[in-house]
Amino acid sequence: MSQKDSEHTGKPKRRFSRRGFMRGVGLGSGALGTGLLARDAVAAPPAKVVGPGPVAIVLNINGKPVSLKVEPRVTLCDALRNQLDITGAKRVCDRGTCGACTVIMGGKTVYGCSVLAIDAQGKNIETIEGIGSPEKLHPVSAAFWNNDAQQCGYCTPGFVMACKGFLEEHANPAVEDFKRGLGGNLCRCGTYMGVKAAALEAAKTMAPAAGGKVNG
Amino acid sequence: MADTPNYNWPPMDTRKVIGTRPKRLDGPMKSSGRAKYSSDLNLKDMLHGVYLTCPHAHARVKSIDTSAAEKADGVQSVYVIAPAGTELQWQSAEIAAVAALTEDQARDAVRLIRVEYEVLPHNVLDADLARIAAPYAQKAGERMQGDPDKAFTEAEVVSEGKYGIPVVTHCCLEPHGQVIQWQGNGDGSQIQVWPSTQDVTDYAGDLGQSLKVPVNNIKVKMEYIGGGFGSKFGPDAWAITGANLSQKAGGRPVKLWLDRATEQIMAGNRPSLFAKVKVAGKKDGTITGWQGETWGSGGVTGLTMPNNVPYVFDIPNSRRNHTQVKVNGGPSRAWRAPGNQQASYITCAAIEDFAAKAGLDPVEVFAKNLGYAPKARQDTYRFQLAKAAELAEWKTLWHPRGQSGPGPIKRGLGLAIGTWQGAGHASQCRTIINPDGGVRVEIDTQDLGTGTRTVIVQVVAETLGVPMSQIKLLIGSNDLPRDGSSGGSTTVGGVSTSSRRSSVNALAKLFDVVAPDLGVEPGQLEATEGQIRVKGTPGKSLTWAAACRKLGTASISEMGIFTARGDAAGMTTGGVCGVQIADVSVDVETGVVKMNRYTAVHDCGLIINPRLAESVVYGAVIGGIGTALYEERILDQQTGKMLNPDMEFYKIAGIADVGDIRVHLDIREENDKRGVVGLGEPPAIPICGAIGNAVANAIGVRVPCMPMTPDRVLNALEGRA
Repeated sequence: MSQKDSEHTGKPKRRFSRRGFMRGVGLGSGALGTGLLARDAVAAPPAKVVGPGPVAIVLNINGKPVSLKVEPRVTLCDALRNQLDITGAKRVCDRGTCGACTVIMGGKTVYGCSVLAIDAQGKNIETIEGIGSPEKLHPVSAAFWNNDAQQCGYCTPGFVMACKGFLEEHANPAVEDFKRGLGGNLCRCGTYMGVKAAALEAAKTMAPAAGGKVNG
Repeated sequence: MADTPNYNWPPMDTRKVIGTRPKRLDGPMKSSGRAKYSSDLNLKDMLHGVYLTCPHAHARVKSIDTSAAEKADGVQSVYVIAPAGTELQWQSAEIAAVAALTEDQARDAVRLIRVEYEVLPHNVLDADLARIAAPYAQKAGERMQGDPDKAFTEAEVVSEGKYGIPVVTHCCLEPHGQVIQWQGNGDGSQIQVWPSTQDVTDYAGDLGQSLKVPVNNIKVKMEYIGGGFGSKFGPDAWAITGANLSQKAGGRPVKLWLDRATEQIMAGNRPSLFAKVKVAGKKDGTITGWQGETWGSGGVTGLTMPNNVPYVFDIPNSRRNHTQVKVNGGPSRAWRAPGNQQASYITCAAIEDFAAKAGLDPVEVFAKNLGYAPKARQDTYRFQLAKAAELAEWKTLWHPRGQSGPGPIKRGLGLAIGTWQGAGHASQCRTIINPDGGVRVEIDTQDLGTGTRTVIVQVVAETLGVPMSQIKLLIGSNDLPRDGSSGGSTTVGGVSTSSRRSSVNALAKLFDVVAPDLGVEPGQLEATEGQIRVKGTPGKSLTWAAACRKLGTASISEMGIFTARGDAAGMTTGGVCGVQIADVSVDVETGVVKMNRYTAVHDCGLIINPRLAESVVYGAVIGGIGTALYEERILDQQTGKMLNPDMEFYKIAGIADVGDIRVHLDIREENDKRGVVGLGEPPAIPICGAIGNAVANAIGVRVPCMPMTPDRVLNALEGRA
């Protein structure tokens, strides 16, 4: 069983959910009338209604608290890009398919377009801006450069973050593992051959940093 | 004075930078997420623009009321594109747009615009001619050469087949759009625009014409572009809209980018092409006749008869008929080798079907008929056919069609070819040598991800004998010397020629300055390894820094001008080949096609950076795998709407889908001496043909229409295709 799976079977962590989203925007109880939602709602703390206007929130981005005001409907991706000028994560499909907006939130890779900014509070949000610079590239970014795993480059930040997140949970992966681990990111220029080589190189350079976690 | 400058490329064996494999220069910016694309910009006082688009495939605007939108929160300007009476010919045609303080405010306001439509009849069918109503299908005539009837009467073997590639979309990850600011009006206007364009060069001229603003007053700036593939050239309707929104909002900059659905529906697609083909020939594989009926659509204008089917092979006896199909869908745009993928697929599939019918090996049939290919290319094709077959282990792995052995997983190999021109476009470049030894290169080109930045700097470094790191390159602004659009694989030939010339010219000026110090004529000097030295007397030299110090305070600034009209000899040329072989496995129980291995062999003249050239080929092949197996714009005739304007149901290939890809660049001296040739398009051409033929070879029947989805494969196996 992989590290990820064992976590899933353990105590559930607080994370973004559609239920939280519905409560957040103050949907009536009718929408919560399905068995699943009603049962979950009982177990959850009382709903706090926010919005629909802008609400003040604090996001912990790359280790620093950032205060901003967002409407509850604003995604994490849009908050980063439009309000905070943190534009490494790209908005491409805007519905959780292509991975161009990938960031790491609370240690998990997530699609920034599929998380509401208000639900991203209280977790460390790691964006590509937080893991290196052009002068001092993160080992994953360096591996992408070394293996020419970018052409137009628009998907690259998302790929780098997805790759970092995957490698942090899976030491010593095989090429086959990347098909699953990076299958949630799409590239239109067709850089996958470079991405595979980059991921393998990064796995080697990051291995000591992975803290002995093993792929099960 | 120096002799007349010799611009020729240095001989292959003396090159120090050209032909080597430096990493792409913008790699650190891109892989650290710091590269600022135009769609990343957040300017002071910037507004967000959002479109209202037409929900119908064909309609007329009866009335439009924007009053509620104008009063909505945050709205700064509203611009109507389609006033009452406007006829709209496709879903997502632009109706109006709003600029507001936030994107969400603009979206809310757009929903308050009230439009009444008169819905008009539409057609969105293009594949099945029998189902298309008469006004939408128009015969485009017949073309004939030789005596096809005689060829078919006398044929020893006749094969028949149906083939098709539907409309696919460009699906650039960075959508179309721009940030634009229009201050003032008329001749007093000042416009700044940050677009996503393959044509920084002519963007301002086009925009100035559309907005009636002096081109002198338009500044265009683009550092990076997130994919174009042929769909992003001129300013387009959204630049006009964005500019008007900006002007109406008192000159505040407006950020207007298409959302994914609009992007997929109307911002770029490739025309479909379908065909019924009969091939006549002899038992030995010689093809003698071609009879082809084609049809396809590029949108409401239809699609004119393609002049390249049959492709590469000019078959002596042929009859061709074509029908233009008009579809109420977004207009087609150039797509990485326009028309060539479709032509290559139909031709190579028909030849493979002929080979199968004759019981022959297709490699031999392609080789046998190379006499019909352009004379200048025949030897290259012959070489590349053999090379690709060798790399793909054709002799070991190929089997006659359908003889794939027992079990549900059937393996097959297929072959297809391509050709392209790709000579450099007219280009101007400036090389500046500063007294401190720094070098600056200025050219208004763009780097689509093909490596344009890197190859320019390699050329200059080679010419001046200085490290690449000493060269600062400026591109992506219309303030710089005029290059040209990145279309037709013309960029690398253009920029390499002009930057070579500007650097040779600048170096000649430096030689003039330092020659007296070295006691020789300027023509006796050479620049290499960071030194200016006397040819044949390496001891007599100055370091680059010492030589540049002789300039005092005066930089050298020289232009390199390439007109692309007869002054290209040895620098850049057009006309390349390419042979690709697909190796697939097909599960005949599920219909799933899996890529095992793909082999691509291409020549492109003198190759400046093989690392980046290989990446271009990998990328083209992967794009083609998507077209062959997954991609299709699906329009619903009932509603006229696109059913998959997204990225979950409009599927492009992912990392797990592509198998192993092997690229062989045909770098032989005889290719090298032709000069630089573009590579963006050629490798994108043969993929549907190669994979389609491999699937036919594996399962014993032709899957006529791309993409070869499981249902189409199963239908073909059941004889229902």
